This record gives sequence, structure tokens and C-alpha cells, in this order.
Amino acid sequence: MSATLPVDAAPAGRSPWRDARVRFMRHRAAVASVFILALIALACVFGPMLLPNAFDSVDWNLMSAPPTRAGWHLFGTDELGRDLLVRTLIGGRISLLVGVLATLVSVTIGVVWGAVAGFAGGRVDSAMMRIVDMAYAVPYLLIAILVVTVFGRDILLVVAAIAAFSWLDMARVVRGQTLSIKSREFVEAARAIGVPTWRIIFQHVVPNLMGVVVIYTSIVVPGVILSESVLSFLGLGVQEPMTSWGVLIHDGAAVMGATPWMILFPAAALSITLYCANFIGDGLRDALDPKDR
Amino acid sequence: MSASTTNTPVLAVRDLSVRFTTNDGPVYAVNDVGFELGRGQTLGIVGESGSGKSQTMLAMMGLLARNGTATGQVLHHGRNLLGLPAAELNAVRGDRIAMIFQDPMTSLNPYLTVERQMTEVLELHRGLGRREARVRAIRALDDVKIPDAKRRIDFYPHEFSGGMRQRVMIAMALLCEPEVLIADEPTTALDATVQAQIVQLLRELQREHGTAIVMITHDLGVVAGLCDDVLVMYGGRVMEHASADDIFHRPTHPYTRGLLAALPRLDAGAETLRSIPGNPPNMNALPPGCPFSSRCRFVQERCVSTLPLLQPLAPGAPTLRACHRSVADLDALEAADA
Repeated sequence: MSATLPVDAAPAGRSPWRDARVRFMRHRAAVASVFILALIALACVFGPMLLPNAFDSVDWNLMSAPPTRAGWHLFGTDELGRDLLVRTLIGGRISLLVGVLATLVSVTIGVVWGAVAGFAGGRVDSAMMRIVDMAYAVPYLLIAILVVTVFGRDILLVVAAIAAFSWLDMARVVRGQTLSIKSREFVEAARAIGVPTWRIIFQHVVPNLMGVVVIYTSIVVPGVILSESVLSFLGLGVQEPMTSWGVLIHDGAAVMGATPWMILFPAAALSITLYCANFIGDGLRDALDPKDR
Repeated sequence: MSASTTNTPVLAVRDLSVRFTTNDGPVYAVNDVGFELGRGQTLGIVGESGSGKSQTMLAMMGLLARNGTATGQVLHHGRNLLGLPAAELNAVRGDRIAMIFQDPMTSLNPYLTVERQMTEVLELHRGLGRREARVRAIRALDDVKIPDAKRRIDFYPHEFSGGMRQRVMIAMALLCEPEVLIADEPTTALDATVQAQIVQLLRELQREHGTAIVMITHDLGVVAGLCDDVLVMYGGRVMEHASADDIFHRPTHPYTRGLLAALPRLDAGAETLRSIPGNPPNMNALPPGCPFSSRCRFVQERCVSTLPLLQPLAPGAPTLRACHRSVADLDALEAADA
């Protein structure tokens, strides 16, 4: 038995994640979406620095101008003569920032809440999940409007308002998954090694949840971006002259008949982003589906 | 309790009982089990599925399911582990008493590298840094003869074969050089050649480190290869407790005899496989008497109504048995049968 086996040429550490990456790469729409989304994000971050127009500077000669090469107004200007291309990119910054921040917050809360509830079980579980149920029953938009009206329009407040409600689904999904992982033998093995409970949850259970979490996050992101747009559309988002896609669409919708480009470009940016996020989610679901091994 | 317990016990179990509260009423899975284990000794616990072997071990480790309660004593150097707070129990588990499980496929975390899972043990119990822990872990993998351990330690569990995974589990269990290793059917999920390797490996490691082993198994071959003492369990009770030699050559209990007779033998040339007629008892409704009475060939009225106590074969004898019939009786009846 001490005979050494021939060393095979397998590369070290082929993790379950690596397998998933290979499968993801086969999903063409998802891969393309990653590129497009990266492009949009890069444009939003760096575009305004490279373009000659500022998002709040007014061009008195060109108000409500259609797209033109003159003065780099490639998306046209709004009724105050501000460049729509730069405003769309700046708006994208806000929308994506809110999307990422709110998603991070809601995923963190959702995973911790769900994993603890599922693993603890019993009364703790019941109590924690009843809180989730109660939060579900609260009319989310109403509360968001209330919060923003009372505390003023602050982007962090918008993030908080969105995150406060979008973690609920995540918590439920994670709890369900935790229940099934809890009964797996390696959890018992970890106990037998003397690993404390909190460490079992976060070191052993949470990594096993990541597949579900990643997939679910890809559903949360577009939802959160959309929520921001809804809030902005209702006039509860960022303050003028700062803008977001929701605000731009709101403003554009008012003058849709006369100057359609004012709604067209921001709406296109939002839709493309949402489509990309959905495709990526699709790709991840296929890639991480354990049945597809 | 038994002949080969010459040195002071590392682990002593006294009157261990496990009760589960279920919707169908209480289930007494383990009843008054006791044994002692000295340094470097191996105790085999054999019995059919549902005889309470595994629950005995889980109770000792404080790993019972939520609806289970254990009573009695599990003394580790005289300290009772039952009812110890989780933090103190965690300090013992994995450090002084380690456990390996039946299925190496599922008892390793699929999303963590073997390195992470092994270093965690040392970080928890020895307070080692990651790098130092890694060196020790590689040495442990070398000890269980994992080829090219330095590279393979960064593998994920699914990249190992079943036998290799069980070796990883053994390496992990022995990282802190525990005094007691509890092995819950460690060879059941492996094929025959690998089983032999694992048994051989355990024997070598035991010789090197002086680890006491509790081997739960229903494979009598493993018992013969490894164990000093054997505990035969049925229906949550100890039927017979004797040295491995006595169990194989001078079994005193009808159940033990039945188990041995059921072993297929190459030399005897029997055409049909013998079995013990009937099924293991329903743990919800055990008879008031001997749990084996419903299947015993030598059953008498007393067996059904009163529980036979676990008693020495003769005053002062090492072998303990729980049967109303005397050995001479059994021999006579068996001879008449044949």
C-alpha cells in the first residue's frame, strides 16, 4: 500500500468555481453581456472626464437640440441646453452605484439572516422568518416615499430604502438552501472536529450557498436598479442638477412628443443594462446548476 | 471491565443510554452501554443496522440530533463529557477525541480545499498560523500515504478518489494526535482492496501514535484485523463483550453465533448463505425481555418476559454476556439441532 501512485498531470485545485467558469464561457449571450455591461460601466465612470461638456453646463445656443456632432452633443441636449450624453453617463454612475451598493447591502443582510435562521432552526428560525414575513407585508414604495420625504433626498437614503426591502427574498432563498446543507455529513464532521457553531455557518455553510447567492444576486441587481429608477421617476431620487437614469427618463417622458431623444437614450441605456444583467444571471444559473456537471 | 484493559482507561463509558423523542413516543436507541478503553487499545462495536452502534458514538461526541438525549457517563480521563457546555466540548472534539465518518464523499466540504479544512483544525486547537498549519497538514497527508501531498493539499475533495478521501479524513482526524479515534464504519463505502489498505493504515498509525480506536463496523473481517475487544450490540443493548479472540473462537451468545455463522466462508464450502431469520427489531416497540428473543433459535418463555442482564461468563471472567441460557445449554441445543 505504500507504493506511490503515478502522479497524474491534473492541475492543482480545480475548484467547483473553475468548472462553473468554463461552463459560463460557453453561454455566448452571457459573455457578450458581461462585455457590454463592462463597457457601459467604464463609459459611465470615465466618459464624463473625457468629454468636453460638463453635466450641468448650459449651452445657450442649443436647447432641445437633436443629436448632433456639433459641440459633441451626440445624444442631443435637453430643454436647458445641457448635453444629454454626459448627463446619461453621469446618471448611469448614480444608477449603477445605487444598484451595486444596495445589492451589496441586501445580499449581505440576506445571506447572514437566512444562514443564521436556517442553521439555528427551531424558535430562532421561526422568529427570524416571521420578521421577514412581516417586512413583506409592508408596502415598500409607501415607506420609501415616507422616508425620503421625512429625511430629505439623499442618495444613501435611497440605497438604504431599497436595500431595506430587497434582502427579504435573498434571506428566504438562503434559509431554504441552508436547511438542506445543514443535514449534510460534512457539517457533522465539522462539529466532530470541534468547530464552533458560528464558524460552521460562515466557514462551511456559506461557501456552499454561493451558487444560489450568485444566481440570486443577478436577479436582485436589475430589480434594485429598477427600484432606483422608479423612486427617481417619482421625484424621490437624487437632486437636480445631479441626475440618474430614472430622473432622465422622467424628464424625457414629459416632452416625449417634441424631443423623443430625451427619453430614448436614457431609456435605452437602462434597458440594455437590465437585459445584460438578466442574461448574465441566465448564464450563471446554467453554469452553477449542479445537475449540469 | 474486560481482560485487556490493563492500563488506566483513556475513555470510560458507563450506563450510556440514548432516548429520542419522536411523534410515535420515545425511542430507546441505546440502553446501558458501557466499556473502557485504554491507551493504544482497539474496541470494535459490531451489530446490524439500527442496533445503536452509531448513536452510541454520536452521543459520546455530543452530536445527537436535536430530539435525542443521552444519560449516563462518558468519562474522558475522569471528566464527564455528557452535558458539557459547547465551548468546552469543542476543545475536546477534534483535539483529544477525533472521529471519522462512514462516507468520505460527503464528510468533506466540497467548496473548501483540503488545505483549508485541515489547517482549520490546527488553527482551532493549536492556535497555529496558516503557514505552519499547512506544513503540519502536509506531513499528516504524507503519513497517510497520499502521494505528492505538497501539491494535492490544494485540491478540492472531488478531485480525490474515495479511498484517498478516507485517508484525508484520517489524516485530518489525527492532526492533533488525539488519544481516541472514533471510526464510524470507515470502510463501508470503500471497495474491498481499499478497505484492507485503510485497516492496515489505521493499524500502523495506531502503533506509531498509541491512539485508542473505537471501530464501529458490521464487517467482522475488519474486527478480526484490528480489534482487541469486541462489543456486540443488538436492539440498543450490549449482547456480548469479550476479547476479539473469544468472540471468534468461543462466542457465548446466540446472536454472536448467528452473526459468525452468517459469514460466508471459502473453506467450509457451504452452498447457501446462512442468515439470521427475521428482521432487526422495531425500536419503537421492543419486547420487555431480550431484544433478540423474537429471532433467537433458543428462545424460551423467560427470554420474552424478562431482560437478561449483562453478566460475566463466570465469576471474574473477562467475557460479559446477556443471555438467560448457559453456554453449556446452547452447545447442547446446537448439537441437537445439527
